[in-house]
This record gives sequence, C-alpha cells and structure tokens, in this order.
Amino acid sequence: MGLSARNITVHLGAAQALCDISMSLNPGEVTAICGPNGAGKSTLLSVLAGLIAPDAGEVRLDGLILNTMAHEARAKLIGFLPQNGEIAWDVSVHNLTALGRLPHRDRDETAIAKALAKVEMSNFAQRPISTLSGGEKARALLARVLAGEPRWLLTDEPLAALDLAHRDSVIGQLRDEAAAGTGVAIVVHDLAQAMNHADKVVVLDQGKIAAQGTPQTALTPQIIANVWGVKARWIGEAGAQALITRS
Amino acid sequence: MRLSATLVAALAVAVPLSLLAGRVWIDPASTPNAALILAELRLPRALLAVTLGMGLGAAGAAMQGYLRNPLADPGLFGIAPSAALGAVIALWFGIATAWVLPVLALLGAGGAMALLALIAGRTGGIALFTLAGMMIASLAGALTSLALSLAPNAFALSAIYTWLLGALTDRGWPDLALAAPLTVIGIATLFSAGRALDAMSLGEVAARSLGVNPNRLKWLLIIGTGLTVGSGVAVAGIIGFVGLIVPHLVRPLTDRRPSALIVPSALAGGLLLLIADVVCRILPLVTELRLGIALSLIGAPFFLYLLIKMRGGLRWA
Repeated sequence: MGLSARNITVHLGAAQALCDISMSLNPGEVTAICGPNGAGKSTLLSVLAGLIAPDAGEVRLDGLILNTMAHEARAKLIGFLPQNGEIAWDVSVHNLTALGRLPHRDRDETAIAKALAKVEMSNFAQRPISTLSGGEKARALLARVLAGEPRWLLTDEPLAALDLAHRDSVIGQLRDEAAAGTGVAIVVHDLAQAMNHADKVVVLDQGKIAAQGTPQTALTPQIIANVWGVKARWIGEAGAQALITRS
Repeated sequence: MRLSATLVAALAVAVPLSLLAGRVWIDPASTPNAALILAELRLPRALLAVTLGMGLGAAGAAMQGYLRNPLADPGLFGIAPSAALGAVIALWFGIATAWVLPVLALLGAGGAMALLALIAGRTGGIALFTLAGMMIASLAGALTSLALSLAPNAFALSAIYTWLLGALTDRGWPDLALAAPLTVIGIATLFSAGRALDAMSLGEVAARSLGVNPNRLKWLLIIGTGLTVGSGVAVAGIIGFVGLIVPHLVRPLTDRRPSALIVPSALAGGLLLLIADVVCRILPLVTELRLGIALSLIGAPFFLYLLIKMRGGLRWA
C-alpha cells in the first residue's frame, strides 16, 4: 500500500513538464524530491497530491487511481503544503490551522491543538497571522496541514522561510510524522537536508528522473555534477554531512 | 453569532421606524389613511430594501471571499448590467408591464450566468472568470447605451434612463413577492459555499488540496450571485456599491473567515439599503433622490478611500 506514480507524463501548456516518471512514496518514509529550478519538482508533488491529472500514466493511492477518487476523500488522506503559502485574510493562527479540518467537515479542537503544539505555535493560537514573522507563518501553515491528520504529507519547500533552528525543528517534525507511519514527501533545494534527513531521494532533471534511491546512491558527486553542473563533494559523517561545492 | 443577533435587533428597530419616515412623516394616530399608506406603500418598500440589501451584502461577501480581494464587487460578474439590459429591452419596446420587465431582467441575469458558466465554468481559473465577467458587463453596458441612443421616443429614453438609476420608488408587494424568494435561495446558495470560500483563503491550489471542487464552487457563486443581484436589478434597477462597502464594514467585526462574513454582511446590507432609502425619501429635494445615485455618491468615495488606505496614504510619486 502506498502512493505511487507510474509512467507519468504531464504537459503544462505546450511544454512537457514531466516525462515518464515512475516513483512511489511509502508509509513511514521521508522522500526528498530534488532537482534544479524548473526540473518539475513542484509539478510532480502536485501530481502526487491529485491536483494535476497526468496526460499519461497514473497515480495510485492504496491501489485506487487517485484522480477518480472523490475530492474530500482524497483530501482526508493527502495533506498538501504548497510553496509560497499565502493567506488572503488576516485570520488568527487557530482559524488558519482549523482549515486543515475542512475535508473532515469538523473543527476537532484536539487535532488543532495537537497540530499547533507540534510546530510550537500553541502560544500564538489567537494571534492574527499579519503579526507573525516569516518563519512563524511557515510553521502555522504546516500546522494547518498537520491538523488534517493526513496519512500522506506532501510539502513543497517547507524550509525556505525558516531560520536554522526552526528548519531543524520542522525537519524533526516531518521525521516524527514519518516515524508515526505517515508517508512524507518534501521538495528541497538544500541537498544536505535531503542527504541527512531523507530515507529516499528522487532527483529530477528537465522533467525526467535522473536518479532515485537512498540519499547515498542518488546524491553522489557524479549525479550532482551531471544534474546541477556543479562539482561537489560530501564531508562529515553519516547523518551530519555537508556539501562542499567548487565551481 | 453575537454580531448577527445585534444586526437582527437593529433591523427589528429600523424597519418600524423607517415606516414613519418620508416626505410626509406619519403619525399612526393622527395621519389620515395611515394604515393604508403603511401597509401598501411603506412596508413593502422597507421590506424590499432589506431584501435587496441582504442579497447584495451576501453576494459581495462571497465575491470578495472567492476572488480573495477586498475590492471585489458583485458587479464584476456582469450580472447586474445584463439584468439591466433585459429591463431596458422591455422599456425600449414599450412592453414594460409589472411582470414583463422583471422577467426580462431575470432572463438577462440568467443569460449572463449561462455565458459566464460557458466561458469559465469548467476549467477556467479565477482570472479568466473575472475577465469574462468584466467583458460581459462591458457588452451589456454597450448594448444598453445603444438602446439609449436609438430610443424610439423621448418617453422611452426617459423611462430607460430613470430606471437605470435604480430606486425603490413606488415598489410594492408584487415586487417583493418576486425578489424575496429568489434572494433567499441566492443567499442560501452563497452560504452553502462558505466552507469552500474559507479554503480559498489559502489560494486555489491549497483549496483544491483541501477537497474543494472548484467547478462546484464556481457554480454556487454564479447561481447565488445571479439570483441575489439579478432579482434586485429586476425590481429596482442597478444599485451599486452595497456589495463592496458592507463586507468591508463588517469584516473587522468578525474573525475574518469568508464563511463567517456572509450572514452578517447580508444583515448589514439590508440595514444599509433601508437607511439609504429612508434618507432618499426624507431629503428635501424637488424629486426624490434615486437610491442608485445616493449609494454611488457614498460608495465611490468610499472605494477611493479604501484604495488610498491600502496604498498607505496619498503620495505624489
């Protein structure tokens, strides 16, 4: 049972965004999706979330074809955190988090409180979002997804607006979710985050899979050179590696 | 809930008081034919003002929620000008009886709704939806201007022009009987879109990920706005700005979720239109000030004020 894409091809307008992609997410695993700008990472995440229907191939969730599922049934299972989270109205953090309960048609206060506690935002619950810093807002948006208690958690660059401490905290949170059985996908630019915290890495290049597997096999200096065009080497010990680049 | 209860209480006080106000102030104890004037003229007019205001207030709140823009107005959908075009056709051909005019206006609103659905209903995003609405509004406006310029006689010209200004003058129970059921259905339709509008606060993509069916939401808005705005134009002409002003005034009193704004906006819209109509009635002018003009005189400066406020004040460069 998993969330798997098979031979996915997607066109956005005339351009081919994804070409013959096959990959799967597994419960209890963190999968990092990496690649240069424009490689198709966000498109792949949207396809896995059922928000973009592939032109060819299929995405299956627990054996069911994702795009044939009812909208709410899908939304209960898959939590999706888009890039550049934006909120139109100056609602409170609590009301923002409660939006995560929409697919369940309830306002389960326990789930909302739990989600806020997970991202260390309980004390901010009544604050209007306009008063939050970028990092606090990013955590509140993550709480919104966690409040839905999804079995699959797809996040598009959730670390982008975070400082070092909160980045660690959010990564830790995503790892905890995986440890509790959730299948987590995370689009990341920082390859060291992928190397140190992911169980599996999918490297995209120009809409195609350039490599996938464990971080050690998918993020070798050779693959990084081929895909990013950058000479690089890893230093440090397993779980705490850093990428040194040389132009 | 407390806000809605307060607004209901305000309406409960304002409606009876409004019945007494007018060019002739009525003292139920001494004014001759007071009961007749109240029952046949002022009560239906007051209830119509509340009904239309409620529809416009709810439509404005829903539109602003959907477009995620505090400057959105139900007029953007092009439904009001299209309904007006239907009424203008009735007046142009001299067939504007008590029922033909509103029915043609409703057909105009229905035509705009159908066109909007056809152009942007299935796969179009918010931008396409808004542009389609604006173009429908432009087209209906151009056809209305054409009708004015080719009016068959001075009487028709005057009738069209006066009607377009929007008013509740001489409106009665039949108008209320036409508008009220449609407005109630329209408000209920918009209210049912509340949860989806809340999700839209996060943007269209996140809303879809939360299970919102964008096509269903679009249909609910087209139907809800069409019924509320269309029925309003059908009986009273174009009354603008209520849908823009009211959600603005009410939003800071709510928790700012679009779903929490629809009912209070409806109630406050009813209250605003009732008060505006009373002001039109009691102003000592040679002829009664048209309600549409009065609200534009209030609404347009208010809109400019909002723009200036959002821009952070007036600046030359």
